[in-house]
Amino acid sequence: MEKESKTTFSLIITFLVIVLLFTMIFSFGLGRYSISIGTIIKILFSKIFTIKQDWELEVELVLFGIRLPRILIAVLVGMGLSISGCVYQGVFQNPMASPNVLGTSSASAFGAVLGILMSLPENLVISSAFFFGLLSIFLVYLIGHKFGDKQILSIILAGIMISSIFSASTSLIKLIADPNDKLPEITYWLMGGLGGSSYENLLFILGPLLIGFIPLFIFRWRLNILTLSEDEARSIGVNTSRLRIMALFCATLITSSTVACCGVISWVGLVIPNLARKLVGNDYRKLFPISALMGGLFLLLVDDLARNLLVSEIPLGILTSFVGAPFFLYLMIRKGKRK
Amino acid sequence: MSVEVKNLFFKYSERSILEDISFKAEQGQITSLLGANGAGKSTLFKCILGLFKHYEGEIIIEDKKLKNLNQHDLSRMIAYVPQSSYPAFNYSVFEMVLMGTSSFSMAWENPGLAQKEAAEESLKDLGIYYLKDRDYQNLSGGERQLVLIARAIAQKTKVLILDEITANLDYGNQLEVLEKVKNLAIKGLTVILSTHNPEQAFMFSDRIVALQNKKVLANGNPKIIMDSALIKKMYKVDVEMVSLYKDKIRFMAPTFMIN
Repeated sequence: MEKESKTTFSLIITFLVIVLLFTMIFSFGLGRYSISIGTIIKILFSKIFTIKQDWELEVELVLFGIRLPRILIAVLVGMGLSISGCVYQGVFQNPMASPNVLGTSSASAFGAVLGILMSLPENLVISSAFFFGLLSIFLVYLIGHKFGDKQILSIILAGIMISSIFSASTSLIKLIADPNDKLPEITYWLMGGLGGSSYENLLFILGPLLIGFIPLFIFRWRLNILTLSEDEARSIGVNTSRLRIMALFCATLITSSTVACCGVISWVGLVIPNLARKLVGNDYRKLFPISALMGGLFLLLVDDLARNLLVSEIPLGILTSFVGAPFFLYLMIRKGKRK
Repeated sequence: MSVEVKNLFFKYSERSILEDISFKAEQGQITSLLGANGAGKSTLFKCILGLFKHYEGEIIIEDKKLKNLNQHDLSRMIAYVPQSSYPAFNYSVFEMVLMGTSSFSMAWENPGLAQKEAAEESLKDLGIYYLKDRDYQNLSGGERQLVLIARAIAQKTKVLILDEITANLDYGNQLEVLEKVKNLAIKGLTVILSTHNPEQAFMFSDRIVALQNKKVLANGNPKIIMDSALIKKMYKVDVEMVSLYKDKIRFMAPTFMIN
């Protein structure tokens, strides 16, 4: 049976990888400037083999200059949000936990909004989002740690509190922001979107994402132990506080870098991990790769919708909520029925 | 591997929980802790498991002082089975048991063949190998408890701490689980368990440590110390003790029912 479940797992992985690659190629063609699949494949192959150029240079520019970075960022951000969702759920032993639980999202958003208000250059806006995201995790952990025994509950309460303080601060900034110029910019950014994606953005988030991904992936089996009670986990011989700090740090780094890059995109970190849990179970050895692939695929598809559904682009955060929230409700109702 | 508790005092923010506790649990035996709710059994277990460190006195495992051991070393010596375990997420029985082998490998390693074999072996030892691929959360209470014991066995320690493991089980499952625990002791493990059932403690234990009002009330062979006076002191109930089958079983009848 162990072998059998292994083959199903590799089948699911292979299937998701293929679907993701096809969706990426397909997404190249979508947009105001539509490009046929044949041309896309020819352009892609021309990078490896010599093929006679029968397309305009403009097409290649759109493909590599605009669409490729956007597609890559969409996939990476989707992966990041799903992975950090998986981690928060395990650490807080709560399937309803998500990157927003700790207040990381609202803190990072506050950081970015503050940057926009002060008309800082883009790099500093992103750094400010990072800084406040990490500040929030530090505060949450500090407060949670004071309570020792009841750590898990107190961390969640601390998260709610910090989240509310930062949302209030963001509202305050909106109140004092110039309604002609800054306010629309802030509001639009808060709704989340990949509109401004460039290679610069990609490179900027790639580092922090990898720093977050790699340790989580390495310690993936150990993370399972964090879902047991504290007494069980420690008597099994796992240093729970060290592992928990590591996991939270990585997940927060991932969350704040995605927020810094494209605003608050809700629901992905909640819906995708839960869907993946249904598909392959809760062992992080299987959960991580599947969540990452599904998250990347999901956000790419939603972003395709965002840029093609209407004439003007729809903010991504709005769409993920419209798609994610009802879907999550559906999952819950189905779960309730089965019980 | 024996476990000796010597003159242990424990306070929880100035409130005294345990006072001058001493007893020794020998290898190959079941040592049962009895005591009313709040007598300090769970606290004592947390001290032995190294989860509470700020006690006075000594806990000695074979010949090592527990205070000198770190959590990882300790997990190679003592395994723990809780009263019940409801992880927030569902794992397969095999995944659950495999977690017990965490201390075999470095933190960054995934479980290897030896660990998988240890998990399978312990499932076979407890006769629940057929549950291997079932979901833990869908098992009955008795099966779940056996899985948790299998996880502790997979940890390959010489000492088992079992905290009221039969508290949530029906009568048949209580006896089945305890019988399997008895076999583990016979195979050479040191078992320390807590229970609220004095009759079962009498049937299965080699030593009973009765706690009352933070202190050890009685400590010794069940046949010597288990009488109606002890029950009266611990639980404030008058009982008549009935011995059956050449004193293999002692049955308690509450006097308010028979007078």
